[in-house]
Amino acid sequence: MSWFKRFKEGIQTATKLKRSIPDGIWIKCKGCGHTLTRKKLVANLYKCSKCNYHMRIGPVEYFEILFDGAYQTHFENTRSVDMLKFKDLKSYPERLEAAKGRTDSSEAIIVASGKLNKIPTVIAAMDFNFIGGSMGSVMGERISRAIDLCVAERMPLIIISKSGGARMMEAAFSLMQMAKTSAKLAMLHEAGIPYISYMTDPTTGGVTASFAMLGDINIAEPGALIAFAGPRVVKETIKKDLPEGFQTAEFLYEKGFLDLIVDRAEVKERLGQLLAILCAPMSQNDKTAGAIIESKEVPSPAEMAPVNQEEAT
Amino acid sequence: MVYLEFEKPLEKLHSQLDKLQEIVEDGEIDMTDKIKELEQKIKKKQKEIYSKLTDWQRVQLSRHPERPYTLYYINQITKNFVELHGDRCFGDDEAIVGGVGMIDNQPVVIIGQQKGINTKERQRRNFGMANPEGYRKALRLMKMAEKFKLPVITFVDTPGAACGLEAEERSVAQAIANNLFEMARLRTPILVYVIGEGASGGAIGIGLGDRVFMLENTWYSVISPESCSSILWRSWDYKQQAAEALKLTAKDMLGFKIIDGIVQEPLGGAHYNPEGMAKLLKKHIKKQLKDISTIAIEELLVQRVEKFDKMGEFETVES
Repeated sequence: MSWFKRFKEGIQTATKLKRSIPDGIWIKCKGCGHTLTRKKLVANLYKCSKCNYHMRIGPVEYFEILFDGAYQTHFENTRSVDMLKFKDLKSYPERLEAAKGRTDSSEAIIVASGKLNKIPTVIAAMDFNFIGGSMGSVMGERISRAIDLCVAERMPLIIISKSGGARMMEAAFSLMQMAKTSAKLAMLHEAGIPYISYMTDPTTGGVTASFAMLGDINIAEPGALIAFAGPRVVKETIKKDLPEGFQTAEFLYEKGFLDLIVDRAEVKERLGQLLAILCAPMSQNDKTAGAIIESKEVPSPAEMAPVNQEEAT
Repeated sequence: MVYLEFEKPLEKLHSQLDKLQEIVEDGEIDMTDKIKELEQKIKKKQKEIYSKLTDWQRVQLSRHPERPYTLYYINQITKNFVELHGDRCFGDDEAIVGGVGMIDNQPVVIIGQQKGINTKERQRRNFGMANPEGYRKALRLMKMAEKFKLPVITFVDTPGAACGLEAEERSVAQAIANNLFEMARLRTPILVYVIGEGASGGAIGIGLGDRVFMLENTWYSVISPESCSSILWRSWDYKQQAAEALKLTAKDMLGFKIIDGIVQEPLGGAHYNPEGMAKLLKKHIKKQLKDISTIAIEELLVQRVEKFDKMGEFETVES
């Protein structure tokens, strides 16, 4: 018996300024503990080469994976304000400042447009390092404007969710973003424009209970946590251990809430395939959008890193 | 009567009144003046207490064990109400009730969360915390309302959606999301009333409408003060502070233009005079139904999306 006992596993370091992918040459996989070089990890699209664990990445990484090349960001000038003068242990402005030190993103979601396998597409991607990817007024507004852009330019929409849920510091305003985004998606639906929801680890709370679950097609990354109430809350409520794999992408797929689980290495190809099919009627009916499909062939996958794991589905 | 901590001064006065009335019933002495005097005293005390409620006290009032729930209002407001059951997919969730009825000569569909009035019923109704099938039943009834061009009235009164293995397995998130999506385009008017607690996704899951109102002593926010305290303060002890920080009262919500109006409660709160509350609510609903019936449905749908699209506060910086 030792004199000192370690209660918590692993090294306990302050999480301040922690990036989703830490700087440095060596990176340890959270899934299996395998150590990878940064270079290898980037080449493998931030997946572990041993266990295929999909590490959390930010909007820029997703844009680089999905767009053919150049892309343009939108609505970056919309910023959060502390309308409630919200203060818990820290004030909301302090939390916003801290978020800005942790990531280059201007908010928890970044909207960009560009071409995905030659199809002009709007992609909105979340940044978990910005107050847990939480949904406040700015996220709602950016999604709302992204939808307006999709309707005006007749472009499909992809939202990449990665969020802890509502932003409590905006209280009821945050709650109303669920209604706002869903109502605007109803408009997108009426306009006959495709929307693909792409859920990544983690997708929880008000984000799941609004736009994330409303895709014409819902896809997810393997192993992603997708939930309304997070596992800790559910566990505390029912006071029992949760079944293994509960609330993972695979669990939701089995229960019928996801169309596909797609490996990050294949996601561009799969999205390209789907958009080519879903956008076809749009370009046929609407002459002004004739440029949506530029070639008749099914788009071929772009230069991607080699796939070393079978698709999770 | 159940008295909350801050209502305690009333308890003594009420018991005095009861005693006087007992004496009168015995028929020996005329106590009319004394009773009148005491009643005035009670009114004065009520005004004193209820005119300076803290946010946390309002949260407590919204959960008062004697506060009327959805089915009470339905029974008071409508005639020929028929409760309808089941989501046609999985089962019938008693945490949400709904059905058809007449408010005077106007046929309507009414849906709302229902807490229980005793322990057994509370368990059966899961304290008004609905499972996915509750939200799906609500949507099924709304779709029926659309078909028959009946206005929809929803009563929100929930501490949140159900939390547990089953709720997640059948995706309460998807059920709420789908309700929001479908309510945004439902081709019939929707009136929403927060009659008690309006917590989180569980509340907004039946809360997207053309007009949204709150009863005076209710609250509406993204999370309950207790949960907010536990997450942000990492302790359950800061619920009062959390209630203040969340700005969750009807007055706050009206100030933020998140709701369209407040329905005043009788002196002493809805639980003190449920019948009076139901009368005020009925009057309010009738007026709203009349006003909204003058708007063409196409126009109403545009307004509905615009209404929610406007919600949110942000700034635009120079880029």
